[in-house]
Amino acid sequence: MQARKKYIFLTFLASWLLLFLFGGDRLRRFALFSGRKAEARRNWPRWTDRFLLKNFADPEELQRDGDPSLLSPRERHAAWLSVYKNSRCRMETCFDFSRCEKNGFKVFTYPRERDQPVSESYSKILSSIERSRYYTPKAEEACLFILGIDTLDRDHLSAQYVQDVDEKIRGFSLWNGGRNHLIFNLYSGTWPNYTEDLGFDIGQAILAKASFDTERFRPGFDISIPLFPKDHPQRGGERGWLYQDSIPPKKKYLLVFKGKRYLTGIGSGTRNALHHIHNGKDIISLTTCKHGKDWEKHKDTRCDKDNVDYEKFDYRELLRNSTFCIVPRGRRLGSFRFLEALQAACIPVLLSDGWELPFAEAIDWGKATIVGSERLLLQIPSAVRCIHPERVLAFQQQTQFLWDAYFSSVDKIVHTTLEIIKDRLSPHRSRSRFLWNALPGGLLVLPDFSTHLGDFPFYHLQHGSSPSEKFTAFIRVVSQAGSLSQHILRLIQAVSGSQYCAQILVLWSCEKPPPPSRKWPQTTMPLTIIQGRRKLSDRFFPYGAIQTDAVLSLDEHISLSTSEVDFAFVVWRSFPERIVGFPTRSHFWDAERGRWGYTSQWTNELSIVLTAAAFYHRYYHSLFTEYLPVGLRDLVDGLAACEDILMNVLVAAVTKLPPIKVAQKKQHKDTAPQQVKGTAGAAGSRRFSQRQDCLNQLVDWFGYMPLVSSQLRLDPVLFKDQVSVLRKKYPRLEK
Amino acid sequence: IMCASAKYNTRGPALIPRMKTKHRIYYITLFSIVLLGLIATGMFQFWPHSIESSSDWTVEKRSVHDVPVVKLPADSPIPERGDLSCRMHTCFDVYRCGFNPKNKIKVYIYSLKKYVDEYGTSVSNTISREYNELLTAISDSEFYTDDVNRACLFVPSIDLLNQNVLRIKETAQALAQLSRWDRGTNHLLFNMLPGGPPDYNTALDVPRDRALLAGGGFSTWTYRQGYDVSIPVYSPLSGEVDLPERGPGPRRYFILSSQMALHPEYQSELEALQTENGESVLILDKCTNLSDGVPAVRKRCYKNQVFDYPQVLQESTFCVVLRGARLGQAVLSDVLQAGCVPVIIADSYILPFSEVLDWKRASVVIPEEKMPEMYSILQSIPQRQIEEMQRQARWFWEAYFRSMKAIALATLQIINDRIYPYAAISYEEWNDPPAVKWSSVSNPLFLPLIPPQSQGFTAIVLTYDRVESLFRVITEVSKVPSLSKLLVVWNNQNKNPPEDSLWPKIRVPLKVVRTAENKLSNRFFPYDEIETEAVLAIDDDIIMLTSDELQFGYEVWREFPDRLVGYPGRLHLWDHEMNKWKYESEWTNEVSMVLTGAAFYHKYFNYLYTYKMPGDIKNWVDAHMNCEDIAMNFLVANVTGKSVIKVTPRKKFKCPECTAIDGLSLDQTHMVERSECINKFASVFGTMPLKVVEHRADPVLYKDDFPEKLKSFPNIGSL
Repeated sequence: MQARKKYIFLTFLASWLLLFLFGGDRLRRFALFSGRKAEARRNWPRWTDRFLLKNFADPEELQRDGDPSLLSPRERHAAWLSVYKNSRCRMETCFDFSRCEKNGFKVFTYPRERDQPVSESYSKILSSIERSRYYTPKAEEACLFILGIDTLDRDHLSAQYVQDVDEKIRGFSLWNGGRNHLIFNLYSGTWPNYTEDLGFDIGQAILAKASFDTERFRPGFDISIPLFPKDHPQRGGERGWLYQDSIPPKKKYLLVFKGKRYLTGIGSGTRNALHHIHNGKDIISLTTCKHGKDWEKHKDTRCDKDNVDYEKFDYRELLRNSTFCIVPRGRRLGSFRFLEALQAACIPVLLSDGWELPFAEAIDWGKATIVGSERLLLQIPSAVRCIHPERVLAFQQQTQFLWDAYFSSVDKIVHTTLEIIKDRLSPHRSRSRFLWNALPGGLLVLPDFSTHLGDFPFYHLQHGSSPSEKFTAFIRVVSQAGSLSQHILRLIQAVSGSQYCAQILVLWSCEKPPPPSRKWPQTTMPLTIIQGRRKLSDRFFPYGAIQTDAVLSLDEHISLSTSEVDFAFVVWRSFPERIVGFPTRSHFWDAERGRWGYTSQWTNELSIVLTAAAFYHRYYHSLFTEYLPVGLRDLVDGLAACEDILMNVLVAAVTKLPPIKVAQKKQHKDTAPQQVKGTAGAAGSRRFSQRQDCLNQLVDWFGYMPLVSSQLRLDPVLFKDQVSVLRKKYPRLEK
Repeated sequence: IMCASAKYNTRGPALIPRMKTKHRIYYITLFSIVLLGLIATGMFQFWPHSIESSSDWTVEKRSVHDVPVVKLPADSPIPERGDLSCRMHTCFDVYRCGFNPKNKIKVYIYSLKKYVDEYGTSVSNTISREYNELLTAISDSEFYTDDVNRACLFVPSIDLLNQNVLRIKETAQALAQLSRWDRGTNHLLFNMLPGGPPDYNTALDVPRDRALLAGGGFSTWTYRQGYDVSIPVYSPLSGEVDLPERGPGPRRYFILSSQMALHPEYQSELEALQTENGESVLILDKCTNLSDGVPAVRKRCYKNQVFDYPQVLQESTFCVVLRGARLGQAVLSDVLQAGCVPVIIADSYILPFSEVLDWKRASVVIPEEKMPEMYSILQSIPQRQIEEMQRQARWFWEAYFRSMKAIALATLQIINDRIYPYAAISYEEWNDPPAVKWSSVSNPLFLPLIPPQSQGFTAIVLTYDRVESLFRVITEVSKVPSLSKLLVVWNNQNKNPPEDSLWPKIRVPLKVVRTAENKLSNRFFPYDEIETEAVLAIDDDIIMLTSDELQFGYEVWREFPDRLVGYPGRLHLWDHEMNKWKYESEWTNEVSMVLTGAAFYHKYFNYLYTYKMPGDIKNWVDAHMNCEDIAMNFLVANVTGKSVIKVTPRKKFKCPECTAIDGLSLDQTHMVERSECINKFASVFGTMPLKVVEHRADPVLYKDDFPEKLKSFPNIGSL
């Protein structure tokens, strides 16, 4: 009986199993059968013998894919060199890496020829390079060479076309077939077909060109740059037009275009069709036939009416009031419109098939533009309508980030070009695509500092990490005494009392040697003395001894308590990309004198935190020393006291945010003027006006005023509240 | 029977209910009926289909050897060689892939045929196991269509994975006679092992005209960027060997080379590395004296030591992937699977899926010339980064290498992204491993903008029937200089709002919105009337905030526009006894939330609250009529990863007469409810997003020894 029961039970189970294995699917289909019979998909068959099929390759063949009789790697390389040149250039074959090994990435510009003036744009490019930290005046040190001949406009009908470039180049002893040369170009070819011909043989030179066609583009070798206007600022540059993040994006128009309609010739296919999507409501697409001398010859029936409508709208108003902007090809693939739309936060809808987008090697354009297809123009309206408001907002913000990071000035365009080339030289020390496409942008991230996201102050949120839990106190000593003042001893005591302190570094910047170690206070905290070179910029040198993310920068005369330090550090951990500190200053626009003013008076605002007592990320030491051009550091070293302003300007330029002031016990005896003992008011005011001059010179270097003001101070939650001090975590701050 | 059941009982809970004898027959009959029914259903399933649609289901039962044979005449046309200038806009017919709401391309697969030449000799193996898996994966995917007329992309069933096993000319002829070939337009060919001796081309040698090529082993000279897709060389070991993911951390060897039959020149370079750096470098080769039956591919040897392959790859931090005759190597897949960071030495190689994958995060590429410097280059990489690369390598394998299915779908997705770029998958989705996707945040308001002050803010007062108090709030708030509009959300459906003439006269527009239901979430609706970015949510009984305090709150919000900026702060704590979260409103040194009874925030968060609140939180809040503010705090912290900002000192908040009514007991149930909310939300969010901070924002000169009249916000903090 028992056996039978088991048997029945088993049969029952087995039949259920069978039903499940083979029938479930069928039953489901059966339920829907009547209506969907015709739709039953014919899928790829499940072959009965599919498990018997052979592998696509013998496993051993896959793992020993070599044939010693083949060319040796060296022979192959030699063979490549002879085959892959000119139009098939790659870095491996056309670039001499060995030139960059000894002196690093140094760029040389040919001296300009007297008889051949260069265009405004080209002289801006050259001066960008000459001001950059990569510039070298010595050809023998150089890794990359830039011609002095203006090659920007190679349309031979243009006034700026330089004749006989080939001949001139052949005369240069450094030319070397174009190896390690970088050639800039904005316009190539001319009516009617606008070919990409430059009118001279670039040989093995890298071409940085606007309107690059993917077919001519040598991937990983050439660089596509944006077309920029003559009056594009040298540095700084205008900010983008997005001032607020609206949701839903409440702009008047969805999609706009205003431009020429080509009646004939290259590019007319697309430009001629644009008017079709105009609906007069939220899609405005206006064209004019008026261009060129003989437009009336080709004029069609639309022209007159279109020309009238065209005048009714202002181009800049449309840019400002539209969510999307059509950026079609012109005669060439790129247009000024591209950067204009980008700046205006009008999301570019690209209709320029085959355009190698600017810096596409680094920039992920899919996050800021809609790459449309010229052939599918009529689908564009429905496609952009379907984009979710949240994505629109993200796109808009990304346009602004990209504009500001890579395009708003000639400096940025040129530096981006150089950095892309530099990254190719050592792929293992280069920026990942993420770094190029996240704030603050690739130019401000030095792969020589680190390639690990967590080492930078900017990416903790995206990376899911947090800054280190300890800080390094970094005390600068400049006093002439040569012995240790009471001040400094007290300071060391206070700092080493902090639970977050990892070590103390003393930068000894005096003529006299530092006192022997027994004179220093005996604390458990590791204390290291660094002998400075007695330059002001020393204090921001990236010393290897600084191992923590946070640096507490201190002047010897400052007085701080342990709880102030503790609280400030806790605050800094919430804002690791900013300077967080105690004494502050502010800047203002002095309309009367037409320059920037600097004030140390108590004000309701602040824009500078003195590095006499401030936390910041150690990466800023690297940026200060490696990123800023030498000229700027020399400027600071030449002035008495300006390095801290430069640091504040630098951090503000990177973050676009104000520094943070935290609660302090009592007002620090105001630092600057009084600190240098024995100096009278005159010296103080001289120093003060120097700082003001310095600020103005920095603004000139940066091309704009990066400092941002803040109206707040961060205090402990119960600061000066009427509660028992026993409840407070930082009671000593209130004494 | 008794003892049988007793036996069952002793074994534990009875699986079958105890049967009494008289029920036995009954049960057996029941079983039989069920059984018969099942058999009948089963029969029925196979029965009707074979009759009514023979082309449909019978196909599935066929063998690969039964497929139709196609004879290729010797003079049948051969396609042109591949066109190196092909790009999507020149060689691809987008009109076949029209706009569709799903933004998915449709892929058609040609049915399987066996191709023979004039003499009846077959042209190639009909199909390999891998290619069959690949086609099966496409067929099972969302991309598939069986309607050749609706297809955007065509995949031939001719197996081209390994060029060595096919006859080039005849295979090309087979391609050319496909029904929709049309010069190869919109045809996608898959190939993993291109070229052949002696010069090993880096792309498939079969003439293919305009067809797209998904190839393993492209070089930068054969790869048509934006047209072809670079794919991995599949390693069948992936399917055979299960290598569990190994945690990051130091491993026994620093550099390992496991490839067999390397070129002697590479071999000697590697050996030089080994002599220089000793035991941290391990160079394995083929085993020479293996006993029979041991598969050579699964063993590697160093001198007399035998290692299991691919397991040994897990013992090393870096694994060398050198080019062989071809650029693409199957060992790359093994290395990634082992979570070993590949060191790729293959100049001009286009890495798999390089169009979308950021290989710098998972590998180290070293130019062949720099091989001697390999050790020092690798040593310069920070340990933390190595660990991330290990994780990343493993993730790339899991997502894009592990099966033919993964390879096929990634390829189609890349082509799909080109055709519908506005719906493309983002960099983060392609590249971030699940752990990073989980722990990272991407702030929707990421641009550091300080909104212009002139924009002002919109105050939203949620009210039910406290008209008198409401009017006082309106009057107070209207004194704030930056107020630009006041919106009253009238949440009482049974009573009309007071007549227009009764409302306080204020200098800014005042609008009343009537709601359809008395719900708390009405407070957070993104009303069209809100034209500013900044919203001040304020309860209809908050009359104690001064104009200075509100104005300062707005200024603080401008500096932190992606955060909640509010007045009373609250805290969440972990209750170790109860093992759950607890709500805290005492005077604490920390805050993690601000009450939305008076808080500034970006209108975007109204949008998120209304449309993107995870789980059932929104309904839950409406049903419980509580905790909408906690929900908002969770939402903002979760999406931005940032803390709230509490402004100004602590104030007594509710009017004294309101709280005094029945003090403690009310207070305590309130606390319990709020704690429950926190626990509920934390479980819905799957994490605790709230961030605890110790700071609060005060005006720069707050409580400083300075003349009050010179301060911007003198009237702050008086209780």
